[in-house]
Order: sequence, then structure tokens, then C-alpha cells
Amino acid sequence: MDAREKEIEKLKDYKYGFSTDIENTRAPKGLNEEVIKFISNIKKEPKWMLDWRLKAFERLKQLKEPNWQKPKYPKIDYQGLYYYSAPKSMDDKPKSLDELDPKLLETYKKLGIPLQEQARLNGIAVDAVFDSVSVATTFKGELNKKGIIFCSMSEAIREHPELVKKYLGSVIPLTDHYFATLNSAVFTDGSFVYIPEGVRCPMELSTYFRINATETGQFERTLIIADKGSYVSYLEGCTAPMRDENQLHAANVELIALDDAEIKYSTVQNWYPGDKDGVGGIYNFVTKRGLCKGKNSKISWTQVETGSAITWKYPSCILKGDNSVGEFYSIAITNNHQKADTGTKMIHLGKNTKSKIISKGISAGFADNTYRGLVDIARNADNARNFTQCDSLLMGNKCGAHTVPYIKNKNSSSNIEHEATTSKISEEQLFYCNQRGLNQEEAVSLIVNGFCKEVLQQLPMEFAVEAQKLVGISLEGSVG
Amino acid sequence: MLQIKDLKAKIDNKEILKGLNLEIKPGEVHAIMGPNGSGKSTLSNVLSGKKGYTVSGDVTYFNENLLELEIEERAHKGIFLAFQYPLEIPGVNTNIFLKTSLNAVKKANGEKELDAIEFLKLVKKKASELKFDENILSRQLNVGFSGGEKKKNEILQMSILNPKLSILDETDSGLDIDALKIVSDGVNASRSKESSFLIITHYQRLLEYIKPDFVHVLINGQIVKSGGSELALELENKGYESLS
Ligand SMILES: Nc1ncnc2c1ncn2[C@@H]1O[C@H](COP(=O)(O)OP(=O)(O)OP(=O)(O)O)[C@@H](O)[C@H]1O
Ligand SMILES: [Mg+2]
Repeated sequence: MDAREKEIEKLKDYKYGFSTDIENTRAPKGLNEEVIKFISNIKKEPKWMLDWRLKAFERLKQLKEPNWQKPKYPKIDYQGLYYYSAPKSMDDKPKSLDELDPKLLETYKKLGIPLQEQARLNGIAVDAVFDSVSVATTFKGELNKKGIIFCSMSEAIREHPELVKKYLGSVIPLTDHYFATLNSAVFTDGSFVYIPEGVRCPMELSTYFRINATETGQFERTLIIADKGSYVSYLEGCTAPMRDENQLHAANVELIALDDAEIKYSTVQNWYPGDKDGVGGIYNFVTKRGLCKGKNSKISWTQVETGSAITWKYPSCILKGDNSVGEFYSIAITNNHQKADTGTKMIHLGKNTKSKIISKGISAGFADNTYRGLVDIARNADNARNFTQCDSLLMGNKCGAHTVPYIKNKNSSSNIEHEATTSKISEEQLFYCNQRGLNQEEAVSLIVNGFCKEVLQQLPMEFAVEAQKLVGISLEGSVG
Repeated sequence: MLQIKDLKAKIDNKEILKGLNLEIKPGEVHAIMGPNGSGKSTLSNVLSGKKGYTVSGDVTYFNENLLELEIEERAHKGIFLAFQYPLEIPGVNTNIFLKTSLNAVKKANGEKELDAIEFLKLVKKKASELKFDENILSRQLNVGFSGGEKKKNEILQMSILNPKLSILDETDSGLDIDALKIVSDGVNASRSKESSFLIITHYQRLLEYIKPDFVHVLINGQIVKSGGSELALELENKGYESLS
């Protein structure tokens, strides 16, 4: 095979692995006050925002990276990274999609994310984040009519400071932990959503994150507020080019649901996982937390994690309002040398709060997959209920699966149920499928999709199809 | 269509098939009878390409060396095995499984795949022919199916895939009298000049419904006697003792 053929073969494995050749504006390399000022300045942020960032940076200096997780990684050189990179063409922010750099439009088209007219047909509002900036938000006008705000975080800081000031950091405090605090200091862009009282958002809102530049970390920040009695379903997707370096992605996502509001947050994460030998890939170290602030509120996380060299995240719910409900549905697939340490925290503070955790971990190759979860029932959380089910599926005998459930129960009226299973795809099942005409990969994909069904069902229709395909693709080559 | 010459199969160094010869022509129905552990299921596995056996001998299927083909390639070329113990696949909807299977075979043969509506029409028709409760098809594949339902589901798949060589491994075991009749009707309905059957059974009764052209007795990995359908009756009366 010549070099070109090799490149093509590699691209077949990860079809999002191309990179876009585009001129960038970058912050100077490294992490320091100057860089933070640079970011804040280029985004034309008000002073309170810069102060907030600097406060986080001060705090960061006293924090150490956590080290209790199962997947270990080589020391990250924080001074060797760029903290801001944006396409030059964004310097004078385009007013409409028509003014957008055609190269960017082309990139999103290749990724299957139509930013232009096609978006209308799909009826999904999309925000697209390219490296450190949001490049386009579709459907704005229509959403505005209902009073819904869906825009980039940078825009929200300028246009809706009262909401941002009130809620930013209210679920993930500045001081939370190393990566969250790092994000608070240097976050670049992300999405902002506000759904006014009593409004049911008429379409799926979606953000598409793309890492393109080299040696660049991506630190996005998303904030979603569902006011009383409102409803929103939000989905994020992620991809990155194939590179031999490990790239850091440390996002913070905060959700706030007021009385009787519901937020459904779905993730399809397909960052570059590294090659077959474990070289390269994204470090996906993300903090996601939702606050069920009001009574009868509900937050539901659904994640399909198939990419990244290391996935390390625990989308969590703080069930503060009485009768509030938290849900976590997860599929984590690790193949080759990928590692995942993921799960959730359900913090029951209010009375009659309920939580449900369904986790499906699939390991193949040399991969290692840990479910880690906490169910915490506070003293005053009368009649709290939790149901947890963790299923692991192993393929081959060189991979690992671990389940680490923590339970802290301080109220005797609570009811906590936990079920866990570990299984293997049996030779007999594969034989049965092959005998019916399915090849090895189709058979594995079918069986694994069956295993994940309860979680896939939670995804909005449009994305469930994509996710099903992804489940098959990410396990390609896992059976010999 | 199928010629088996001196077929031997070993697993874990244990020889199970010990030089088996058999020829099946298009449109013929062959029955195989034989004591437990004689190698009947092993024969169906080897013909369908299951891994794990060390196989020698010649098997020619439509002028091709069958032993060189992958399991799914054999399926694409019309070999169907109704399993003695059909497998459960949790979370996989039975209808979706049937559709995936049919379309995989169609695709491999360069035929047009069926869309959901066309497929449901087909499955409805076939299921009603087999008096198979359609509601079962929206359940997870074989999960919680009764023994008889699993067997009927195999025959339903057979009638949907329309194979050239159907191997039925004890499909009659576990069927009630009515179901036996229905399944036999299903097989008889699929009998044609092009489709052949290899029917493994312990009971002569099935062969009253499905009249075989030949009956073979498999003992200890070899076919020790072949004859017409009267041989089944003889076995029923005398047992295998007299042959071994
Ligand atoms: N994986 C294996 N390892 C060792 N022995 C095996 C294996 N598979 C099958 N055998 C043995 O091979 C012999 C033939 O098995 P096979 O299942 O083909 O019998 P059969 O004729 O179908 O019997 P039955 O009528 O009970 O279904 C049996 O003695 C069985 O125990
Ligand atoms: Mg048998």
C-alpha cells in the first residue's frame, strides 16, 4: 500500500477524519492571564466576564488534576496548547449564512450537517461550533417569535447578560474541580438556550462541535435554562480530524429546569478515537450537570459515546425541587485501545424525587470500560427512589468492563434498586445471524443494537438512525 | 445440487462424522434418522459452515466447493438451517431480524431490497399461512417464545427466504399435533422442482405428513442404510439396534 492508499484506508475507518485547510486566528500559545484577556477581548466581552474568568484562573492555580479515574494518561502540557483558534474569516463576524466562508459550509456538508436550506427541511435548529467559535445558528428567527433564545455563548454574554450572570456557574461552581475550573477560565464558545415560561420548543435544538486546528484544546460552554412549565430537547454531536497528537476537550454544560420544566439532553459523541494501536485521539474530559431547581421538573441525559481515546464524564442531576426526576441513559462503546470511565451522579435533595440510570457498556479489542455512578440521598429527601441498571457486553477476552456504583443513603424512607449484568456475544448467536445471511459485522451490529435498545429508544428519531449506524461502525473489526 | 463424498468432521480431536456420503438432487426430500449423538446436528452445522470443526472430504453444491464458502455466503446461495435450538437475541425485534436477513440475502443476489411496507405485507401473508400469531413477531427474537413458537418461527423464516436447500434439524420435536400439521403443510407448500430438503427427525410421524423421497439412517457418523419412505416405518418398529 502506498501512502495515499493508507490514508484512504484510515479515512474509511473514521470518515470524519479529514481536516479543513483554513486560515486561523490564534491566541498565543500557553495558559496565562494574557491569553485569557486575549480571549475575552476578541469576544468583546464585558468586564464582569473577564473578571469571572480571571477568578477561575486564580483558583485553578491552587487545584490539582484529579487522579482517581481508571484510565491514566500521560501528563498534559498545558503551556504547549493553544486556547483559542478560529477561522480568520470569522474576524468580522458574518451576518448571515450566505456570508459564511464557503470552506466552512463545505466542511459541515461533508460532516452531514447542512447549515443552509437543507436544515429547514430537517426541521432542526443547528448551532455549529468550529474550534473555538460558533459559526452559524440556524432557524433563529422562527425561535425568536416564541421568545426562545438559541445562540452562541459569546453572543449571549453580550446580548443577554442578565440571564448569563444569573445562571452561569450556578450548577458547576467556579471552584468545582480542575477541568471545570480550567474551562471557566478559558472557555471559548458553545450554545446558549433559554426557553420562556410555558413554551414548548417546537423543534430539536442541536449543536455540532468540530475540532479542526492542531495543538488546540476545545473548551466549550453550554448553558440551557428551561423556565417554568417549558420543554426543550437538545442534541449535541462531535467529530474531529485524525491526528497523532492527543487533543484535549474539556467542556462544561449546565442545565437548569425551573418548576414543571423538562430538559432532554442528548449527546452523540464521536470524537476521533485514535488509531488501532491507540495513537492519537481526543481526551474527552467533560463536566455536565443539571439542576432540577423547581418542583416537578425533569432532566434527562442520553449519551451515545463511541469516540475519543479517553472518555471521562458523569452527566449528573441535582434533584432539588420536590417531585423532580432525573434520568441517565448511556451507551459507551470502547474498541481497540479506547478507554471510558463514565456514569452519573444523582443527588436527591427534594422529597419524592426519582432517578433512573440505564447504562450499557460495550468493550472490544484491548479497550477498558468503567461505569462509575453515585446515588446520593440526602437526609430530608423523603421517599426518594432510584433504579439503576448497568449492563456490560464484552467482545473477545482482552478487554475489560467494571461497574463501580456508590450509594450514600441518609434517609430510611428511600428505595434504591440496582441491577447489573455482564455478558458476551456468543458464538452461537453469531452463527445464527450468519446463517441468516448477515456477515460478521452486520451480525455484531444487530446484536449490539439490541443490547443498547433501551437507550437508543430515548434518542430523537432523526438521530436514532445515525446512532444505530454509529454503533455498528465503531465496532468494525472487533471480531475476527 | 449437493454431493457429499467421504465427509469427515472432528471437534476437539473427537471424530464425529466418519466418512459420510450423500447426494441430493433438486426437488428431492431426504430424511435422516439416527440415534442421539450420532452426528445429525453436526452434519447440519458442517453443511452451514459453522466454525470449530476440522473438516475433510468433498462437498459440492451447485458445482461449487461448498466447504470454501463463509457461513453467510452459503446462506446467500440458498442454504437454510432450521435450528434444533433457535437462539435468543435480546432487544432485537423479530420482524426487524427477518427483514435484515431477507434484505441481506437479496442484496447479495443483486435483487431489490424490500422496504418496510413491502416486507410487512410479505410477512403478514406468510405468517397467516403458517397460522403464526403476528403479535409474536413484534417481540424480541425468540426471547420468551415457547418451544413450539421458536420452531414455527424457523419455518416462517424459511418460507420468507425461499431457500434452495433447507435443512430442518428436529423441527418437529416439541410441536403439538396441530402445529406439526401446519409446519408440514408449510414445507409441502415450499416443495418445488428447485428446492430440496434435508429433514432430520426422530419420528416417523412427521414423514407421514412430508413424504420423503429417501430415508437415511445415520449411526456413529456414517450413513449405514438408505431406502424409501418405508424405511422409516421399519425403524419405528425395530429400532436402530438391528442396524448397528
Ligand atoms: N463441541 C463439541 N465437543 C465435543 N463433542 C461434541 C461437540 N459437539 C458435539 N459433540 C459430540 O458429537 C456427537 C454428535 O453430536 P450431534 O449434536 O451431532 O448429535 P445428534 O445426532 O444431533 O444428536 P441428537 O439426536 O441428540 O440431537 C455427540 O456425542 C456430541 O456430544
Ligand atoms: Mg441434534
